[in-house]
Amino acid sequence: MTDILVAPVTQASAAKQLPSWRLVARRPAFIIGALILLFWIVCALFGSSFAPHDPYAQQLLAVNQPPSGAHWFGTDQLGRDVFSRVLVGARSILLVAPLATLLGTVLGTALGLALGYLGGVVDALVGRLVDAVLAVPAVIVAFLFIVAVGASAVTEIVVIGFIFTPIIARTVRSAVQVESQLDYVPSARLLGESRRWMMFSEILPNVMPTVLVEFTVRLGYAIFTVATLAFLGFGVNPSSPNWGSDIYTNYGVIGAGYWWETLFPALAIASLVIGINLVSDSIERVMSG
Amino acid sequence: MSRYLLKRLGLAVITLFLLSVIIFFAGQVLPGDPGRAILGPFASQAAVSNLDHQLGVDRPLLTQYWTWISGAVHGDLGTSYQYRSAVAPLLWSALVNSAKLAVFALILIIPLGIIGGVIAALNAGRPVDRLISLTGLSAATVPEFVAGVVVIVIFADGLKVLPSTANAAPGTAFGTQLRYLILPVVPLVFEFFGYIARMARAGTIEALESDYARTATLKGLKRRVVITRHVLRNSLLPTITVIATQIGYLLGGLVVVETLFNYHGIGLLIYTAATNKDFPMLEAGVLTIGTVYLIATLLADLLNTWLNPRLRTGVWS
Amino acid sequence: MPAVESYSPDAEAPLALQIDNLDVSYRVRGHDQLALRNVSFQIGRNESYGLVGESGSGKSTVALTLTRYLPRNGKVSAGSVSINGKNPMSMGAAELRNLRAHTVSMVYQEPGKALNPSIRVGRQVAEVYEIAGLNRAQATDKAAEMLRRVQIPDPRRVMERYPHQLSGGMAQRVVIAMAIAAEPSLLILDEPTTALDATVEAEVLDLIAGLRAELDTSILFISHNLAVIAKMCDRVGVLYAGELVEEGPAQEIFRQPRHPYTVGLLRCIPRLGQRKDHGRLDSIPGFLPQPGDQITGCIFAPRCPIAEDRCREASPPPYATGPQRTSRCYRYADTADLPRNTPVDVELRTARNGEVDPVITIRELSKTFDSRGESVQALRGVDLTIERGETLGLVGESGSGKTTLARVLLGLIPPDTSTRIDLDGAQLGPDVRRRSQAQRKAMQIVFQNPDSALNRRHTVRQLISRPLTKLAGLSGAVLRERLADLVRSVRLEDRHLGLRPRQLSGGLKQRVAIARAFGGGPRIVVCDEPTSALDVSVQAAILNLLADLQAKEHVTYLFISHDLGLVRYLSDRIVVLYLGRVMEVGPAERVFSGPHHPYTEALLSAVPSLDGALKQRIRLTGEIPSAADPPAGCVFHTRCPRRLASGICESTEPPLTEVEPGHLMSCHIPIDQLTTLQTNARMP
Repeated sequence: MTDILVAPVTQASAAKQLPSWRLVARRPAFIIGALILLFWIVCALFGSSFAPHDPYAQQLLAVNQPPSGAHWFGTDQLGRDVFSRVLVGARSILLVAPLATLLGTVLGTALGLALGYLGGVVDALVGRLVDAVLAVPAVIVAFLFIVAVGASAVTEIVVIGFIFTPIIARTVRSAVQVESQLDYVPSARLLGESRRWMMFSEILPNVMPTVLVEFTVRLGYAIFTVATLAFLGFGVNPSSPNWGSDIYTNYGVIGAGYWWETLFPALAIASLVIGINLVSDSIERVMSG
Repeated sequence: MSRYLLKRLGLAVITLFLLSVIIFFAGQVLPGDPGRAILGPFASQAAVSNLDHQLGVDRPLLTQYWTWISGAVHGDLGTSYQYRSAVAPLLWSALVNSAKLAVFALILIIPLGIIGGVIAALNAGRPVDRLISLTGLSAATVPEFVAGVVVIVIFADGLKVLPSTANAAPGTAFGTQLRYLILPVVPLVFEFFGYIARMARAGTIEALESDYARTATLKGLKRRVVITRHVLRNSLLPTITVIATQIGYLLGGLVVVETLFNYHGIGLLIYTAATNKDFPMLEAGVLTIGTVYLIATLLADLLNTWLNPRLRTGVWS
Repeated sequence: MPAVESYSPDAEAPLALQIDNLDVSYRVRGHDQLALRNVSFQIGRNESYGLVGESGSGKSTVALTLTRYLPRNGKVSAGSVSINGKNPMSMGAAELRNLRAHTVSMVYQEPGKALNPSIRVGRQVAEVYEIAGLNRAQATDKAAEMLRRVQIPDPRRVMERYPHQLSGGMAQRVVIAMAIAAEPSLLILDEPTTALDATVEAEVLDLIAGLRAELDTSILFISHNLAVIAKMCDRVGVLYAGELVEEGPAQEIFRQPRHPYTVGLLRCIPRLGQRKDHGRLDSIPGFLPQPGDQITGCIFAPRCPIAEDRCREASPPPYATGPQRTSRCYRYADTADLPRNTPVDVELRTARNGEVDPVITIRELSKTFDSRGESVQALRGVDLTIERGETLGLVGESGSGKTTLARVLLGLIPPDTSTRIDLDGAQLGPDVRRRSQAQRKAMQIVFQNPDSALNRRHTVRQLISRPLTKLAGLSGAVLRERLADLVRSVRLEDRHLGLRPRQLSGGLKQRVAIARAFGGGPRIVVCDEPTSALDVSVQAAILNLLADLQAKEHVTYLFISHDLGLVRYLSDRIVVLYLGRVMEVGPAERVFSGPHHPYTEALLSAVPSLDGALKQRIRLTGEIPSAADPPAGCVFHTRCPRRLASGICESTEPPLTEVEPGHLMSCHIPIDQLTTLQTNARMP
């Protein structure tokens, strides 16, 4: 309505709606981001078929070669073709990050729903616990676990998922508290609806837009965290192509002038992350109207 | 208001306590026998057990926790396995170094973020706004080490104008020290200016569209006055709390940046402690970081309460 | 009181406002949508002009256009505006600022939000004087003076406060002070009292009327409330979907409207103490045109009962229907006998035969809230019965506790332990979750705001079916049949079932809410301001629906409203609450015509009436006290104009005593004395 209504504009009508996908898909930012994502997914899946060299093959006679016709991105300390490694290097990130985010989102949403709706002493207690855990930066918590348990894809997925759970729970909890102020909640209670119905059939559908945004935003952070862990040496398997691990292996020699070994993987990471964020930003903008 | 203060302080203390418990007991879970870690794989079991006994790791857990925490409160954080000397002084000097880096970063981030956000809000929807928002957003999610690598390659290796490590020799002039810190600061600024700009932007837009901004404009005030006198003081309030929570992420970023630039700050200390299984150092380091974060959020809460008239005075009828 | 003087513009001085053929449009999703069409009117010097309209009428757009504060996607697409002879649309920045500072001032709907929450109130008022050129000290002094003039007690102290520390009424006075401090030629008031309580509204309206008499200011008064406009304005213009359909002297328009829309609107409101037994309220069929619809012909034609072909072909020009009166209707002469949409006659069940048959008994209902260390007693010692089959009207202003009472009754909020509530003789538990299914089935609620009360992610079918499955235990074919039955009885259609609330209008949403409340076959339905969020023209349809359902399903209503006209129309008995205590209970007619409690008396005299009956205004002094710190003795004594000299009102709380059969009051004044005082007050 273009006029200012006499009726009060409630929180309900001003709240987020699920995005109209058509509107989202039309935004240039979304298109660029999606294309970047698509590109890397394709590379991760089929990269080995069109990579010019075998990413694992070491050529000890051709170590530290600068970019040239034969090796577009040069070779690293073990003579491996950097271009091929970059092409395929998205694999482990694109495996671990989405799964970790999914885990975190599912657990976080369930926890946030419970805390936000049920409240009470449990909420206060768990709140303190969450505050305590969140006081330590995620990256540190992650690598501490990996130091303890050893690096593997499953470990990373579980650790990052568990770290994201309280963060997502917090956001979902706030959204749930806002929803609980609306009248449809007591209206359902008056019908004698069970707690489970209240949380999952009444409130959850209205909180989904928030969950969706959280998922896409956290996905970006998941990629960030996986790459950072790899850089710190906690990557899954340093010999297999992994952008972060490659930087870890090769940044010591930057001083010697072998910049290509770290720059190209770094740019690859940057592009993937920017792609995800263009997508999530577009979704969020359409949703908030 | 003082009731609120006390309550808030109490909560912070409880959280800190919980944190220390979590850290301590998490440390117990990490595999590795301290005695073995120090003496190495070839020492005899008897020697290891002996050392363990000396270190006190065979006492009941609660006693160990109590020893640790009471020592911590008095400033004694144990002895490092790696360096065979007291943890506390090493930790302190590392903390000071990190503080220099962090403060330098914050001095750049906060004004840049706020000004960027306000400009974006004042030009909402126009190209300037999209530029600032997207730049902030993209920069924020590029991992620090990526940005770090890029600037090292360009400025240290390529143009050779700035050093690629961050440690100036002890005793160098302040100005030179700063020069060493310029490159490490860049990834940190990239990381955090975006989020602050975003909050400032959102807060300013909300204030600009508010009824009281309309009242001020319709009184006949100049736009500039409406913005400086009426809008800004309301739009920047939420940004303050956000800055505090960002400090937590900043501390995490320090780990990466210090490792990349080989800077002897607390991030690097924790990292090496973890990889070398130096538990006393590790636990002390994590506890310190957690404490810094909790203090920062507490201060931000207090600042927010003091600045927001609604919270400061409570609601009278 | 506006005198109906003939409007004689001073030929030399420019008109305060002149609008000619104004078109204002908003650009939405690439298309221009007209919000105002071909609007023309004038306001002379010292004149008070009312602009009446429902939602979507464009009345707020008028205000925004005059001050040139349209949003970025709005523009004046045709026509001209002239304020004091000057055109604000063509002004440069400095001239516009000058216009806003000295010529035009505005007062808004929500005073709390119109003030900057971080700046002390005094500074904000003084700012107006500083713009006029005074220095800080002078400006502060003048601000204090102005606050005194708008009847704020102890201005210097109030000036030190922040907006959130002021009550609604006081905040609005501050905004009014800011507005008139500039000594404007034109004062625009956009729904200035809609957000205020009845007694506070009366005070503020009196203030505005008083100020108007002193100042040389023209007023543009925008409201959806016809009664308020009738009270405050010399002339009135009726806006419908962006068009000015009728215009003229206020009293004449309301007594003898000459446009089908105005006629319809007036029929939607209970007049002259109208009650449900005397006949139905009328409603206007159909819906408002959507913004962006292309309209050929008269804009009201789709909903008009006397529309002809020529009405649909070309838009009628304004016809003169009297001296200084116009109406945009070809058939303006036929409007007096406009056919009704809803038949007048109604076969209502006869009112209860006088036997006492309580279905709900409430004893000692108290509810104390603890927030931030303060305890606020929202309800105290309320004793009440609700008789089977009746409509009990619950009346009170903010802080009265009426919403709390409803929620406690339904088990949504636990009361203090001294409370006992019985349903059909059996005690009700404090928590709805622990009550029996039968008890839950027996009591339901219709909330005020359907946007909030209906889960926006559920379809209408899900929303209405749920009580059928949960409370009535139906399934399968029986369920489908009952669903169809229910949909029909709330006058919805099958095609609505698949839709979500967002796709429905306010009136339709409220019908869904009503269907949901009635689905389980309740015996008692609490109606919490069921029509307050709806337009006047839709309101009547919902009230008629509620009355019909009551007749059909034999339910008892607890009808909560701040609108005394509606309460009087619908209720058999009335309860008046003030600060959580019962002031008066009794048959509707007795409570309304008297003798009644001094608070009821004041409340009734505060409500502006369309019929312009000159009542003696009972002025209440001061603000509604805070529930956290209620006055000692009779809680009303701080504002009571009939406070006894003996001092008993300050010291002792009066008990609720029966002054007539079925009529209870909580007042120290003996009933015969009260009767005499009140009858005397009514005589001219």
